[in-house]
Amino acid sequence: MLLSVSLTLLEGLVVTLQLFALTLLFALPLGLIISFGSMSRCTPLRAVVRTIVWVIRGTPLMLQILVVFYGPGLMFDLPLLPRFTAAVVTFVINYACYFSEIFRGGIQGVPLGQQEAGLVLGMTKRQIFFKVTLLQVIKRIVPPMGNEFITLVKDTALVRTISVYEIIWMGESYIKKGMIWPLFYTAVFYLVVNGILTLLFGWFEKKLDYFK
Amino acid sequence: MPILDVQHIEKHFGDTRVLEDISFSLEQGQAMAIIGSSGSGKTTLLRCLNFLETPNQGKILVNGETLFDADDPATQREAEVRKKRLHFGLVFQSFNLFPQYTALENVTLAPQLLAQEQPDFKARRREILEEISSQGQALLERMGLADRSGHYPHQLSGGQQQRVAIARALALKPDILCFDEPTSALDPELTGEVLKVIRSLAEQKTTMIIVTHEMAFARDVADQVIFMDSGIIVEQGEARQVIEHPREERTRQFLSRYAGS
Repeated sequence: MLLSVSLTLLEGLVVTLQLFALTLLFALPLGLIISFGSMSRCTPLRAVVRTIVWVIRGTPLMLQILVVFYGPGLMFDLPLLPRFTAAVVTFVINYACYFSEIFRGGIQGVPLGQQEAGLVLGMTKRQIFFKVTLLQVIKRIVPPMGNEFITLVKDTALVRTISVYEIIWMGESYIKKGMIWPLFYTAVFYLVVNGILTLLFGWFEKKLDYFK
Repeated sequence: MPILDVQHIEKHFGDTRVLEDISFSLEQGQAMAIIGSSGSGKTTLLRCLNFLETPNQGKILVNGETLFDADDPATQREAEVRKKRLHFGLVFQSFNLFPQYTALENVTLAPQLLAQEQPDFKARRREILEEISSQGQALLERMGLADRSGHYPHQLSGGQQQRVAIARALALKPDILCFDEPTSALDPELTGEVLKVIRSLAEQKTTMIIVTHEMAFARDVADQVIFMDSGIIVEQGEARQVIEHPREERTRQFLSRYAGS
């Protein structure tokens, strides 16, 4: 019994991890672009970007999932997105906004003197970003990013509201058969994934310990 | 012809006039000290020379070439400004070393990036990089840091960090090396080692502009001294004369605070 439940839940875990990986794949670069927008010298652009970030961070992710999945059909009579696609789209937008704020904090936390030192040494803005600033930003954002990654693993559970068959959905399906323990058992899978993430982030932080 | 000719530089931040009608010139191989109290515009002047600030008025000429002219936007294009900065080196008060690079890498990073722009870089890559690396090592040796080249900035004392910063600025062979209060962020017992390095640069006829609060050092090392107060040059002349026998009352008042030190 335990084995068959475990296998079913693993099937759900694969969906969970796919959502996790796809969200990171797209939200990290998008977040960087958004962070540049929120630091732009062009005031209208900055205002627009910061308003979007405010709306996305200021409303529940669950609500956003429902709006992205049902919204186009209800409001514009458009065909529904496939469930999993709708989930990925929502998560990418939502997490990109959170990431953008972490990037912004990290970039603005690097002392201005670093950039000026690069400038007087004849470096281009691009060279300064990639050769001087970036690694210092990464070092600064590793701890908050660790938090976000762990939160993301657990937030994926929200997509069961649009019936994406991730691990919680799989666990819940046993309730109909009179079994509650498979749902509780899903916690073990989350703990393992987040345990691995914690170890990875700890290792990475140590890797960057060689400079201050 | 002077190596540096600064003509009527003015800089304001909003309504605040930080620099007013600053003019001076500097001969090849000479060292100039700029003294004055905090907020007198010394640092802003250095930042204008290094194109970190754009003056509102005036001209800057190096070797007779107009690098900056407030009335000529063509001299202010981003891409050219980058090249022009290379005429000047700047050593910051707070060192601003790159923390993720070793002492040697701090010195060689900019020369490596510049070398990549050479047309023959791809063909002679290894040779060029080795040359840059051995030049960097030689510079660190001159700074008395031969055994520190593999250390990261946080493993070095303030005085050592500042000497790495001097080596980093020298690596690009600037025409004029600027120092912005190079010892102000250091513990008193560490200022000596940095001043010694600057002194030896002066002996080797490096053209320098040094903003400093070390009056005895300015008197001994500089050929010329400029005293600035609230954005203007109050007095300018031969170092010993300005510091020991100032003509202006304001210079005298300022120097009296350093008497005996």
